[in-house]
Amino acid sequence: MRRKGYGVFLIPGVLASVLVIVVPLVMTVWTSFTKWNGVGEQRWIGFDNYTRLFEDTLFWSSFSNILLLILAMAVVPTLLGLFLAAVLFDYVGKKFSNRWASFFRSGFYLPQIIPVAVTGILWGWILHPDYGALNMILDKIGLGGLATNWLGEPGSALYSVMGIMIWVQLGYPIVMFMAGLQRVDPELYEAADLDGATWWQRFTRITVYLIRPEFYVVLVTTTIAALKIFGPIFVLTGGGPSNATLVPSYFAYKNFFEKAQVGYGSAISTVLTVLIVVLAFVFLRLQNRAENGRVR
Amino acid sequence: MTVTASRAVKTPADAPETRAARRKNPLRFFILAALLALLLIVIAPLLIIAINAVKSPAEYAGSGPLSLPTSLYWDGIVDFWNRVDFGQKLWNSFVTSFTVAVLGVLLSILNAYALGIGRVKGRLWFLVFFLVANLLPQEVLVYPLYFLSKEVHLYDSLISIVIIFTVIQAAFGTYLLTSVYQEFPTELLDAADVDGAGKWRTLWSVVVPVSRPTLGVLFTFFFIWTWNEFFLPLVFLVSNDNQTVPVALGVLQGDRLMDATMTSASGLIGILPALIFFLVFQRTLTRGITAGAIK
Repeated sequence: MRRKGYGVFLIPGVLASVLVIVVPLVMTVWTSFTKWNGVGEQRWIGFDNYTRLFEDTLFWSSFSNILLLILAMAVVPTLLGLFLAAVLFDYVGKKFSNRWASFFRSGFYLPQIIPVAVTGILWGWILHPDYGALNMILDKIGLGGLATNWLGEPGSALYSVMGIMIWVQLGYPIVMFMAGLQRVDPELYEAADLDGATWWQRFTRITVYLIRPEFYVVLVTTTIAALKIFGPIFVLTGGGPSNATLVPSYFAYKNFFEKAQVGYGSAISTVLTVLIVVLAFVFLRLQNRAENGRVR
Repeated sequence: MTVTASRAVKTPADAPETRAARRKNPLRFFILAALLALLLIVIAPLLIIAINAVKSPAEYAGSGPLSLPTSLYWDGIVDFWNRVDFGQKLWNSFVTSFTVAVLGVLLSILNAYALGIGRVKGRLWFLVFFLVANLLPQEVLVYPLYFLSKEVHLYDSLISIVIIFTVIQAAFGTYLLTSVYQEFPTELLDAADVDGAGKWRTLWSVVVPVSRPTLGVLFTFFFIWTWNEFFLPLVFLVSNDNQTVPVALGVLQGDRLMDATMTSASGLIGILPALIFFLVFQRTLTRGITAGAIK
């Protein structure tokens, strides 16, 4: 049954979204075609910002850094989380108790709830070259030679950030996958056991297959989170040293608020936005196809 | 009665068998130990922060970051608290997050009522719009918002942050809640119709009470997400009195006046509120994270 006259309820939401999202979005796209320092006259320059962008080596290196961060924030946590979730749900939950399984789940989830600024403080402190705990530990166990300025050397900074992001992200896929596994019919596992399937066979043929919907959701949300990453970079490295950990969002931020190159910053954010929206649609299609496949 | 009886008969036959099978398998404990080791690695940074936050600088210099403190030293925490006026920051964060959570849930309800139950024309496009609105990187909105808020004198004010995050969070809320309201039992709506309740009354006396669990999840999400927001508050809240907890902690990073123990003290008091919310909201949270997945 179709009901009528509900349009009024949308009015506040639509008005507010136009004000806070549509208008700023249009302004940024428009600004990306102009030269503007934020206060003076705004001059139309066509595609100049974009041609400059595609010749800017910093822009390209910020995107290649993002590829590595997608590896650290989406790919590795998803795969590792899948494995851990299966071990916790299917092994620990059954051979020990569900108590143990949810205890581990909460523990692994802990880094996810910490505000990003605190993550920065935490790791900035542990990796500090002079008084950081990691270098002191290395020193104590006789590996002092490995000690370095983890976040301060161009060679190691990005890898340090990647390690930290794996730590941050791991809990999210575990929680999602363990929830998904609860949908799986236990009889399937019993049947597999009767057929003499090994744990690994059950993992690849049943577990992975059945939680594909969660798999896609996790992959898309973590990939988009990686593309948008700002806070951890700001508090850990500030994009440095010598731009070794520069990412698009921080690159845009610097142009907006430090260099007063608002047009150029707008072009960077516009490219990033297009990329994210396209990616979201591609993933949604993949996910839909996977789900339809399952129904059939 | 029958249940207890049958269980009583079954248990003695079952238990020794499983127990024997368990004992035969040393792999079990190897896996448990491996998981515990991994968990320890994950939690270690938090533990290190906690033990050093209550250590005196002298003791830290003498015995390093890994030794347990011989006596509890609270001065680092107290000094830091007073120096950044942490009570004020906590209050700012709380007021902002709470207001955003309330207003965001209200806005989501109105939107989802029109889209999920009202099935307004073009609702698929509205849904796509709200989904995209939630995915947009904040960088693409930040400069115009910064510019506009200055025009209307809301720059460096918690009000601007509340307005912006209410809309951003409600975009997600609308998306989630619409899918819940699409499945809303029509009998309840029809019954309200028969009773002569208008749309407005049906919303508040039927739809909202029935969907309270989902609304609780949304409230929790909005609160924690807003609490942890960093980028926009960093841009908008420039004066000390208006900063939220994450911004206050973030801008202090690398401050030369911060020594090792005071830095870990600042980390510890930054973690504590988040930890408390986690414990308070834990049940709703786990339910909510999965609610998002089901779509």
